Amino acid sequence: MEKYDIVIIGGGPAGLAAAVSARESGIGSVLVLERDKELGGILNQCIHNGFGLHTFREELTGPEYAGRFIEKAEELGIACKLDTMVLEISPGKIVTAVNREDGLFELQAKAVILAMGCRERARGALNIPGFRPAGIYSAGTAQKLVNMEGFLPGREAVILGSGDIGLIMARRMTLEGATVKAVAELMPYSGGLKRNIVQCLEDFGIPLKLSHTVIDIKGKERLEGVTLAEVDGRGKPVPGTEEYYPCDTLLLSVGLIPENEISGKMGVELNPVTAGPKVNESFETNIKGVFACGNVLHVHDLVDFVSEEAAAAGKNAAAYVKRESAEDTAEKDVWDAAGREVPVKPGEGVKYTVPERINAAHMGEKLTLRFRVDGVYRDCYVSVWFDGERVIRRKRQAVAPGEMEGILLDRELLLRYPGLDAIRVAIEPG
Amino acid sequence: MYDVAIIGAGVSGAAIARELSRYRADICVIEKEEDVCCGTSKANSAIVHAGYDAATGSLKAKLNVRGNRMMGRLAEELDIPFRRNGSLVVCRDEADFPELQKLYERGMANGVEGLHILSREETLAMEPNVTADVYAALYAPTAGIVCPFELNIALAENAYVNGVEFRFDTEVTDITKLEGGYGLHTGQGMVRARYVVNAAGVYADEIHNMVCEKKLHIFPRRGDYCLLDKAAGNHVEKTVFALPGKLGKGILVTPTVHGNLLIGPTAIEVTDKEGVNTTGEGLGQIMEKAGLHVKDLPMRQVITSFAGLRAHEACGDFVIGEAEDAKGFIDCAGIESPGIASCPAIGEMVAEILKEKMGLEEKGDFISVRKGIRKPGMLGKEERAALIREDPAYGNIVCRCEMISEGEILDAVRRPLGARSLDGVKRRTRAGMGRCQSGFCLPRIMEILAGERHVSMSDITKSGGSSYLVNGTNKDTF
Repeated sequence: MEKYDIVIIGGGPAGLAAAVSARESGIGSVLVLERDKELGGILNQCIHNGFGLHTFREELTGPEYAGRFIEKAEELGIACKLDTMVLEISPGKIVTAVNREDGLFELQAKAVILAMGCRERARGALNIPGFRPAGIYSAGTAQKLVNMEGFLPGREAVILGSGDIGLIMARRMTLEGATVKAVAELMPYSGGLKRNIVQCLEDFGIPLKLSHTVIDIKGKERLEGVTLAEVDGRGKPVPGTEEYYPCDTLLLSVGLIPENEISGKMGVELNPVTAGPKVNESFETNIKGVFACGNVLHVHDLVDFVSEEAAAAGKNAAAYVKRESAEDTAEKDVWDAAGREVPVKPGEGVKYTVPERINAAHMGEKLTLRFRVDGVYRDCYVSVWFDGERVIRRKRQAVAPGEMEGILLDRELLLRYPGLDAIRVAIEPG
Repeated sequence: MYDVAIIGAGVSGAAIARELSRYRADICVIEKEEDVCCGTSKANSAIVHAGYDAATGSLKAKLNVRGNRMMGRLAEELDIPFRRNGSLVVCRDEADFPELQKLYERGMANGVEGLHILSREETLAMEPNVTADVYAALYAPTAGIVCPFELNIALAENAYVNGVEFRFDTEVTDITKLEGGYGLHTGQGMVRARYVVNAAGVYADEIHNMVCEKKLHIFPRRGDYCLLDKAAGNHVEKTVFALPGKLGKGILVTPTVHGNLLIGPTAIEVTDKEGVNTTGEGLGQIMEKAGLHVKDLPMRQVITSFAGLRAHEACGDFVIGEAEDAKGFIDCAGIESPGIASCPAIGEMVAEILKEKMGLEEKGDFISVRKGIRKPGMLGKEERAALIREDPAYGNIVCRCEMISEGEILDAVRRPLGARSLDGVKRRTRAGMGRCQSGFCLPRIMEILAGERHVSMSDITKSGGSSYLVNGTNKDTF
């Protein structure tokens, strides 16, 4: 069986950044396993710009952003296997995978970094009633058909869900010659970035119908039309508000789900809110030496944050491998004995946090605690409580579920509270 | 002129075709859709019922019990998944216990083996997720689950290999009585046959009424279903029914033979024979009722919902036999539940009728065995590795949710009566049937289909007809 120090599952933005970082941290034996025929992941079909403002201080397209990391990985001589599907990972970190060339094979890893990304929620998950004709696609599938294959899914589209991919596809379909009649959003607010609403809908005069959903689908072979209706506060359609839209295409942008089937089977504990692994400050899961980053951990809006998180995961995995491989166990013993994990809890207005436990003795000088809020709040404060004491209070003009939030924690601050039981992040009124 | 023309390539038509292909005869199957298994056969509970539901002495009872007994061997011959997981009918109220007792007695009278009534404790020990307020349950160990697509497809493939001709996209619009047979008018010209078998599902009344004065009336009765992720597949081990009501067996909860959890069906009378649209009302009923006899259903794990139509004939029983006023015209109508369970016996019965009437002789070279698509995921590591060495396409995973390889998809397209559409591939291989519902694999399967069939991506359909998946290319209108 071939042995590697670090095996990374997935060669998208998270896997690549983790690989580069692990290699730069001095680990020579790094392997990336990618199921697609090329590296870059979903960025390859994101041909619009807006990527990299944080990471590179310039505006890149998705493939360009991925390209920077792919080049770096090549420069560093990082090994990768393409068209390779990982079937399972044992708790002992034996990775079983399959591809054309190597057939079915197993690898022994010292550390594993999970970077499988996410998938789109499908129509079935929403239980939208009606027929099941051709012409109903998740927005990402349509994006692949248009941007990678050059085919238009249809001519007249309605989009359900105002997640970023849906918004981006509203503009893309329009640019390629289709008519987008409306974007319907179940919630009273959009799930996408503000800039995408302006640049993808408003600039093209595409109506955004908030608090609306699809309640019927017509067409036995190809889609003929959909019925939209307004919904009440509990998401139930309001009778009398039905409106029929003839269209041959319905795109769904109704949420992304981290792909953790392999993680779950190997015994990684998942957070039911994010559907991603529960991790500590090192992005390490409950299984020692198994790390997670990117959309498999929690769904991101900005790839820049994925890269940042993945780089940290890669660095931490490298440090883990070095500690575990060293003949002299002194460093490992000190590490294992140092500090203890304190849980991070989502407070009022916060849906989840990543990480959800922190050992101050194991973190770097600073750690960005990422989280999402459960609604739109204006002129509010993001507060961090250490048990009963509020230690951080930051003013925010507005926060919304569509934009991931972050707050910086100092190790020094944490170390001043040795008896800390819990950290809590909350949204408080202004 | 054919000896026999079978109208309909659903599970009944295919079972009849396969049984008839044991004999020396020119047989063709005429199907209005682009593939086999496109009507009632593709959207049902996929249950091989034990046989205690139907009235004693009815064709439904007789053929169900016989079909159930035949299914094990048939599944082996055709290499299709079938599992006798057993079923439970849950009675929650002591007042309803006599009804459960009646089912038991009827089952005994119908010849169902192994039935017994379980106490509350016995039921919960057998199936812990049955509602805690269960009073008693009827346990039928012979009930099973099957893949209805594979059953239908395998029967048709085997019939084809044994010489039966299949004509797809061919709708029978009228039937004329000819000298010594019938002329079937179709969009693709006239098909002549000495004998006609009417296995047209929800349309069996219309086909029958084209030649017979004594009319049949099929009332389509829609059943909505929710299919849950494989993560929920172990929620119950047995097929769990509520005590039957007037319109059917009520909402059931069952594992599927592939490891998903299936919940349904509703029973809603409709007029449209193509009306397989789910409705908010129907899906709402499932949510509401399924939880009554099985607890803690993880409804957040629904990956798709669908509906099928039961071909309910006014008389309430299967209508099988030569029409009174049309010699040589054999009906196989009203095949609703337990149609899947009964199909092996239906095939046998119709073949017997024709054998007698036509004096058919057995072939010496009937091939009873069919090999299914090789499934690398079901093999051990060594065997799987060997298969990939032999054909690397089995190492290329196309559908990541169900882990279906390119090799399986190519086999589905290239084999006898191979897949021509996305749904054809899906029903043969399960590619696209998983939790992402073909979000990732759709473009790749389209490419494989286009390559294999030497057509453009624009010609690929979801399910034949005008169900095209793409409509033009970028900027082609500018």
